[in-house]
Amino acid sequence: FRAVPDDGGLVDADEDKDIKTEASNDSWGNNNANDGRLLSPSPGSSASAGSNKSAAGASEEQQTLLAVLQFLRKNKLTESVEILRREAGLPEDSLEPKGADSLLSRVTASSTAGAQAPTKVAAGEDQPDVNVVLSAYSQQGDPALYEVYYSGLKRFIESVLDCHRAELSQVFYPLFVHMYLELVYNNHESEAKAFFEKFSGDQECYYEDDLRVLSSLTKKEHMRGNETLLDFRTSKFVLRISRDSYQLLKRHLQERQNNQIWNIIQEHLYIDIFDGMPRSKSQIDAMSGSLAGEAKREANKAKVYYGLLKEPEIELPLDDEDEEAENEEGKPKKKKPKKDSLGSKSKKQDPNAPSQNRIPLPELKDSDKLDKIMYMKEATKRIRLGPDNLPSICFYSFLNAYQGLTAVDFTDDSSLIAGGFADSTVRVWSVTPKKLRKVKSAADLNLIDKESDDVLERIMDEKTASESKILCGHSGPVYGISFSPDRNYLLSSSEDGTVRLWSLQTFTCLVGYKGHNYPVWDTQFSPHGYYFVSGGHDRVARLWATDHYQPLRMFSGHLADVTCTRFHPNSNYVATGSSDRTIRLWDVLNGNCVRIFTGHKGPIHALAFSPNGKFLASGATDGRVLLWDIGHGLMVGELKGHTDTIYSLRFSRDGEILASGSMDNTVRLWDATKAFDDLETDDFTAATGHIHLQDNSQELLLGTYMTKSTPVIHLHFTRRNLLLAAGAYNP
Amino acid sequence: MAEERRQKQCSVILPTESMKAMAESVGVGQLQEESCVAISEEVSYRIKEIAQDALKFMHHGKRRKLTTSDIDNALKLKNVEPLYGFQSQEFIPFRFASGGGRELHFYEEREVDLSDIINTPLPRVPLDVSLKAHWLSIEGVQPAIPENPPPAPKEQQKAESTEPLKVAKPGQEEEAAIQGKSQGATAADGKGKEKGLIRLKPRSTHELSVEQQLYYKEITEACVGSCEAKRAEALQSIATDPGLYQMLPRFSTFISEGVRVNVVQNNLALLIYLMRMVKALMDNPTLYLEKYLHELIPAVVTCIVSKQLCLRPDVDNHWALRDFAARLMAQSCKTFSTTTNNIQSRITKTFTKSWLDDKTQWTTRYGCIAGLAELGPDVIKTLILPRLTVEGARIKAVMEGPVVSNIDKIGADHVQSLLLKHCASVIAKIRPQPDNVEQYRTDYGYLGPMLCSHVMKARTQAALQAQQVNRTTLTITQPRPTLSVSQSGLSGSTGPRTPSIIKVPSSLTLMSPRPGTPSQPSPPATKYIVMATSAGTATTQQVITLSSSQSASPVTSTVPSATSTLQPLVKLESGSGPGLTGSRPLQKYIVVSLPSSASSSLEILPCLVQLKTQGLFGLNVKG
Repeated sequence: FRAVPDDGGLVDADEDKDIKTEASNDSWGNNNANDGRLLSPSPGSSASAGSNKSAAGASEEQQTLLAVLQFLRKNKLTESVEILRREAGLPEDSLEPKGADSLLSRVTASSTAGAQAPTKVAAGEDQPDVNVVLSAYSQQGDPALYEVYYSGLKRFIESVLDCHRAELSQVFYPLFVHMYLELVYNNHESEAKAFFEKFSGDQECYYEDDLRVLSSLTKKEHMRGNETLLDFRTSKFVLRISRDSYQLLKRHLQERQNNQIWNIIQEHLYIDIFDGMPRSKSQIDAMSGSLAGEAKREANKAKVYYGLLKEPEIELPLDDEDEEAENEEGKPKKKKPKKDSLGSKSKKQDPNAPSQNRIPLPELKDSDKLDKIMYMKEATKRIRLGPDNLPSICFYSFLNAYQGLTAVDFTDDSSLIAGGFADSTVRVWSVTPKKLRKVKSAADLNLIDKESDDVLERIMDEKTASESKILCGHSGPVYGISFSPDRNYLLSSSEDGTVRLWSLQTFTCLVGYKGHNYPVWDTQFSPHGYYFVSGGHDRVARLWATDHYQPLRMFSGHLADVTCTRFHPNSNYVATGSSDRTIRLWDVLNGNCVRIFTGHKGPIHALAFSPNGKFLASGATDGRVLLWDIGHGLMVGELKGHTDTIYSLRFSRDGEILASGSMDNTVRLWDATKAFDDLETDDFTAATGHIHLQDNSQELLLGTYMTKSTPVIHLHFTRRNLLLAAGAYNP
Repeated sequence: MAEERRQKQCSVILPTESMKAMAESVGVGQLQEESCVAISEEVSYRIKEIAQDALKFMHHGKRRKLTTSDIDNALKLKNVEPLYGFQSQEFIPFRFASGGGRELHFYEEREVDLSDIINTPLPRVPLDVSLKAHWLSIEGVQPAIPENPPPAPKEQQKAESTEPLKVAKPGQEEEAAIQGKSQGATAADGKGKEKGLIRLKPRSTHELSVEQQLYYKEITEACVGSCEAKRAEALQSIATDPGLYQMLPRFSTFISEGVRVNVVQNNLALLIYLMRMVKALMDNPTLYLEKYLHELIPAVVTCIVSKQLCLRPDVDNHWALRDFAARLMAQSCKTFSTTTNNIQSRITKTFTKSWLDDKTQWTTRYGCIAGLAELGPDVIKTLILPRLTVEGARIKAVMEGPVVSNIDKIGADHVQSLLLKHCASVIAKIRPQPDNVEQYRTDYGYLGPMLCSHVMKARTQAALQAQQVNRTTLTITQPRPTLSVSQSGLSGSTGPRTPSIIKVPSSLTLMSPRPGTPSQPSPPATKYIVMATSAGTATTQQVITLSSSQSASPVTSTVPSATSTLQPLVKLESGSGPGLTGSRPLQKYIVVSLPSSASSSLEILPCLVQLKTQGLFGLNVKG
């Protein structure tokens, strides 16, 4: 591995980050405790803490205390009664010491109940005497009334002015879920079921998947360990509502004394109030759909340095050779790249670009410089694409892939293809006449004349030359695969929870990065090499450096699996897409989440940054491609057309064309220039974040190309803008 | 509707009886009803949970089908031991049986004869993954190559030709125009006209690329050329290539013009070649010929009923061509006849009209009858049977009367055997036993006695087959002499052919008991399909392997396993004896005899087999 000069700082910095994530992980437990303080005698987990807190609570109202005491005594929890009595200074009653342990568990259990649904402490309905008192905290505890409340609110919202209705309707879904969960939690199974059946049909269709999960959940026991529920409880559902609409809602609830709903709104929803015009239904629909509502506006306020890094200065002494290679046309061609490269160099640092050493990047080696020169040479021959000049598409079909092709990647220079398979293997093909060769064994290497000019040739073992190589090592399907920019390494992530680094010189595994413990859905090398990112079922995306066996950063915040990961072209940011239907952008420097994009209605399976770093495209199981402006944190476009999951997105090298590949066996080409031009200039939108999406997918769609029953898994633009696509033929 | 669905989702729970049964199976008897309910709810929930996780794996595996390995992985996520032994990719190997009030799920484990396994040659090893590149699009245009899907899918072609209005989407406009007219307002009328004008489709130019022109030239030359091997290849290409849609108008014109010219010149061979082209076009699963029937049907009908198709009508077998074309006609009637175009009734009328004409020559008469007979037993019953007496008298006049000409006599002879062949099976079905010769004579006149014997033969044949259906073994204890002859003939001449194209060697004529008259059917109800398969199993595996082994077209529709789709009654494998097969031990022939009620596409076969004997037809068996 190549050493990175100044990465000590980066590695150190991440210790804090680790702690931070832990803290945030814990915090939900603490929250529960806090929430529960009003309601139950002992929300804590240890006996002493429990009684302390209960005493504190009791001091608020003696009657409650008495009730609790009564409850404890009834349950023969004498020690606690004694402690409680002593601490509260209450007169002694007759006591019979018995089974304190069972008390503990009992109380703790009910306290968690309170934490989840504060108004529901009425859980213990089998203790009539206590019930009276406890119901003082939740007059609305009657499960039968839930339907009444909900339909009351529904009637109200339906009757308000049109302009407010759409906004207020957002409240339905989170309310519905929380009310249902409360019912389930408190063992009102039949009521819960009736409630679900009555109102689930009213919810927006894009919540259908979540509702399905919800519908299968009918018992309190199911809630333990159910991730979806944990998400719903831990994270507040975010709604954006205009001030006027909010006031309306508030007034209504207060008038009606509808504390039940009001409590839920207070406890579980985060209402992001803004001033100005209420949003329309289409505006709301465009942004909603994620597991936890929309992103808060503050979440997308942080400054993002989306500009590109300065290209390193490369003298082009080698141009002489090029000139020879390129016959008469060499001259005009040679001038151009120089201009281009000079242009970008002479330009003062892009104001939106991060400073060059914001993230320590590996130094360029000679071979990298050579590659850059090759890149520039190729770039001069690049075809200028546009609506009238569509790219040719070369399709690489994987035949006989009985094992199941699960991931594909091309090298940047399009010389190698790697495929990950469900049978745990990774295969690498050379698509150029140059065959794949291994380095000779150590013993043979000793015999080589190290001084000779062609030593790099000599170390290769001709006997091993073949068109493809198999890499075995994983113990589960390989879901993610990525070549390093210098083509020396290959990363693969698998169901077995590891990410493996393979050498493409020796075709052996060099490192297995462990940490995810659950399936790792995706991994990608940084465009500058050395770093890579991985994300998996554990909902955490990790940033690694190839020479560290532990991650440098943990990006945690997603509420469900991280399904795809992508590096920003300047390597300073990482975008992750998730099953929670959000996209997050993370700052590699400090591990902060700097953008949350909501709007997809299904798990996100494809991400692509535009070459200029300004925009992000995302594709999901809902078959839509959404376009995002990173700087403003806004959705700027929606491309409809695919009928199945989009597994691959790629911008052309100059960013004029966006290609999307999908499970519906099509490759589609979109006019990216037009899509971004149309919306870029709207100041109002930028300020408020309220987008008006035009439905212009048909105008932007430049071409649809059906494959013959071959889902399109990967797309890649060569340096000359030829589009390569790949998938497994699936007769 | 969504609501209903959700409610269903909500209420799906495993039956408590299953819980009881499972509890009993692990030794817990007398489970309380309440516990059963609780358990079943819990189990249902967990199963749903696992299914949801499994879906995740399916999505990441980039598949549309959930596999058992997805379930395994989902179980692993929950730290549950996966279910070992369910590696089946396609189905869950449970079978259900009930009886005597008991219900049972069990693994179906067939008894396998060890010697069978030892004796069967090893299946082909599945090929390794390979990479193949092709152009999906060239500067925005998708080339029509086999690797790409057909430019216009068959459904679209069908929609275009049958419901042009729907494709253009002006259905409502049409109504509006009609309404406007009915109101009688001139303005509205004008509008309607305008709309009519607008709706005129722009004339589309059918430009063929250079490659397509070249292809067209090659194919047409090969189809009518002299090299039989080339022709077989060309026909194979027409029948399978998905990119022919653009060239279809050309092909159809080629065929119709070709028939017109060659009928005049009495060039039998070329007419046969052209009919084979029609057949190949119809076989192509990506083409929908409706738009071109106006050219194809006259050509086909010409080949059925033309007075003279060859230079020497007394020697050449133009009867086979008429039969073949009649089958084509019947097939296109079946496929394309709708209430709007009425192809079948129009064709039937044409045939009947010229048949009823007294002056019609024997050749045309034969064609008309063949054409009608191929349309099915109903047509035979309503149109042919009533005329048997008249026709019999006519035949009698030629056969027993003064010799007019040899040609007439041959013609009459052929018509007679044709009538016997087609009518016997129909009569066998509709006429109650016993078959009395005298009764037949009174009912059908001159042809009566012969019909009677044919009907009786048909009946015994049917009875024989009914017996064979019940038999489960695949071996045949007493092979008929005809079969054994063909067997030896077959194994002796395994030509260098690809497995998908069948060569029926000339020695197969021996199959027919009377080699001299090929049009005379052997036992009328029995049909033979001769298939050649490569060794091993012709299963889906082979479809895949073929796709890569035939490098020319990786996705040819390959030999489907006829053994799985058809119920083989008799299967005879010529043992790959070392002395007979020589260097090609893999070639294997299976002779399958089918009951007469087999699907119509198979009925073509005997005819083709006969034609093959004259070295004119190569044939391509598709399941």
